[in-house]
Amino acid sequence: MEFWVLQSFNGLSYGALLFLLASGLSLIFGVMRIVNLAHGSYFLLGGYVGLSVVWRTGSFPLALLAGGLAIALVGVAMERLFLQRLHGQVLGQVLMTMGFALIFQDLALLIWGGDPYSLPAPAWLVGSLRAGALVFPVYRLFVIAVAVAIAVALWLFLERTRAGAVIRAAVDDEEMARGVGINVARVSMGVFGLGAFLAALGGVVGGAFIGVYPGSDFEILPYAFVVVIVGGLGSLQGAIVGSLLVGLLDNFGKALFPELSYFTLFAPMAVILALKPTGLFGRA
Amino acid sequence: MAGVAPRRGRLALGLGAAAVLLTAAPPFLSAYPLTLLTQALIYAIFAMSLDILLGYTGLPSLGHAAYFGTAAYTVAILATEFRAGFWTCLVAALAAAVLAGALFAPLAIRATGTYFLMITLALGMVVWGLAFRWVSVTKGDNGISGLERPALGPLSFAGDTAFYYLTLAVFAGAAACLVLVVRSPFGMSLMGIRESEARMRSLGYNVWLHKYLAFVLAAAFGGLAGVLWAYYNGFVSPVEMQLVTSVEALLMVALGGSGTLVGPALGAGLIVFLKNFVSLYTKRWLLILGGVYICVILFAPGGIIGALRGVGALRGWGALRRWRRPGARAR
Repeated sequence: MEFWVLQSFNGLSYGALLFLLASGLSLIFGVMRIVNLAHGSYFLLGGYVGLSVVWRTGSFPLALLAGGLAIALVGVAMERLFLQRLHGQVLGQVLMTMGFALIFQDLALLIWGGDPYSLPAPAWLVGSLRAGALVFPVYRLFVIAVAVAIAVALWLFLERTRAGAVIRAAVDDEEMARGVGINVARVSMGVFGLGAFLAALGGVVGGAFIGVYPGSDFEILPYAFVVVIVGGLGSLQGAIVGSLLVGLLDNFGKALFPELSYFTLFAPMAVILALKPTGLFGRA
Repeated sequence: MAGVAPRRGRLALGLGAAAVLLTAAPPFLSAYPLTLLTQALIYAIFAMSLDILLGYTGLPSLGHAAYFGTAAYTVAILATEFRAGFWTCLVAALAAAVLAGALFAPLAIRATGTYFLMITLALGMVVWGLAFRWVSVTKGDNGISGLERPALGPLSFAGDTAFYYLTLAVFAGAAACLVLVVRSPFGMSLMGIRESEARMRSLGYNVWLHKYLAFVLAAAFGGLAGVLWAYYNGFVSPVEMQLVTSVEALLMVALGGSGTLVGPALGAGLIVFLKNFVSLYTKRWLLILGGVYICVILFAPGGIIGALRGVGALRGWGALRRWRRPGARAR
């Protein structure tokens, strides 16, 4: 019983972290139909920027903000200067984002070196809560809380604001959105910035949880893709359900069948794809 | 079509020169460039196999390393655990790659464009995950080492020069097969599907079957490259299957020029040499490789072949059209 509760809790908290990456990736895909291989790099760079800020100022909230905003700028610049001119060229976009992913990886290595770091969490998030024999680390609860807050905020933004409606219109039918006078190029740029912001936020949050180290970009990227593929491209609901599913599957897979843990994660995805190629909540 | 004849003549001349150079090169090369050349030929087979899907059928696969890796692992496991000989390894590895392709193709070819990309990415990850975590079979992250180069009867391919000639022979055979395939009615139908799937379907072609066969064929030749790689490297690890390898193959095709066979082979050679030479001189080679990705897309979207055709001044309507619309086929 304890095993199941604790593993579920761990799975949930990892799923929460994944949601921060996958929600942005999914939105970007929804609007621009881009397979962004540099999305893991935003996670990595966000973690490193957050780390530097914590070292300098000692402030964790400031690290979240600075990491998120700095990488949002990087994302916007990348979209504006490079990706926008490749509109509709699937292969070109993939290779371009791969180029950026390699450059970011090497730059991070150049600036922060190859040592793994752990981002120091603020004192009020250290420690754990006890419930009988069960122990829950406070920080993991915090990660879950952040993801829930972001999910609610994104939902309100997408469903209840004018800007959100514009984004949904661009996701549903780009040509039609253009036709009614929506500046899809600007929407793309905004969504790209938002996605990069969320991924970088995930990097800072994850920095005190799974660490900041070279290679974490390409380690977490497949997970984010699985979430998006399972949940459905461009769907917030899909990102939520997908993150939880992937977090839990991954955790139980690792605990129960360590040898086949990736298989227990990727095989259900293949089954879902076989049955519903657009994912659980995706529309064709 | 007035320009076709001279172009074909020049192409034949170029290929002949390349064949002579490749055959005569080893005595003039020291060990390191020779191993690079071997590596380039192996990747050339890999890139050409990918181009059957990408360039000829218009299906951009982001998981082609899966078949390369499946075959490489099959060779490594059979040769180290079971002491299997070359032919057993070759046949089993090709069968494994074909099987993987045959299983994955029905899932992948339901989709086109970006969705095809995502699904092949996901399927590639399934295979990578197995290699990475199924430690009792694949030795996980440590990889499988201690693979010896093959001997065929009295012929040993242990030496670098001998292995180079083996690779060259396999490369020539594979290239000849692929040329026959793309020139055949089947290859023409694939190009028809690339240009307009709906039209081919209404003409009565079985589009699904064509795509399926193209997928399996690409997997088979990708596997062939994997077999050579396993023997060449003597070591197989999950790196061979990872996403970066699949994307690198796409870069090779794009750099050379998709929709041709010469292009991907050239692209593969260039990337192999670039990676190795740059990494000799600087630790920052990933930065440079990243820059190459971006520059190829920005400045040479049609690849080397596309650029050559452009320089050759509007020669042939088909070539021009293909050069002008580099992204059109990938959609």
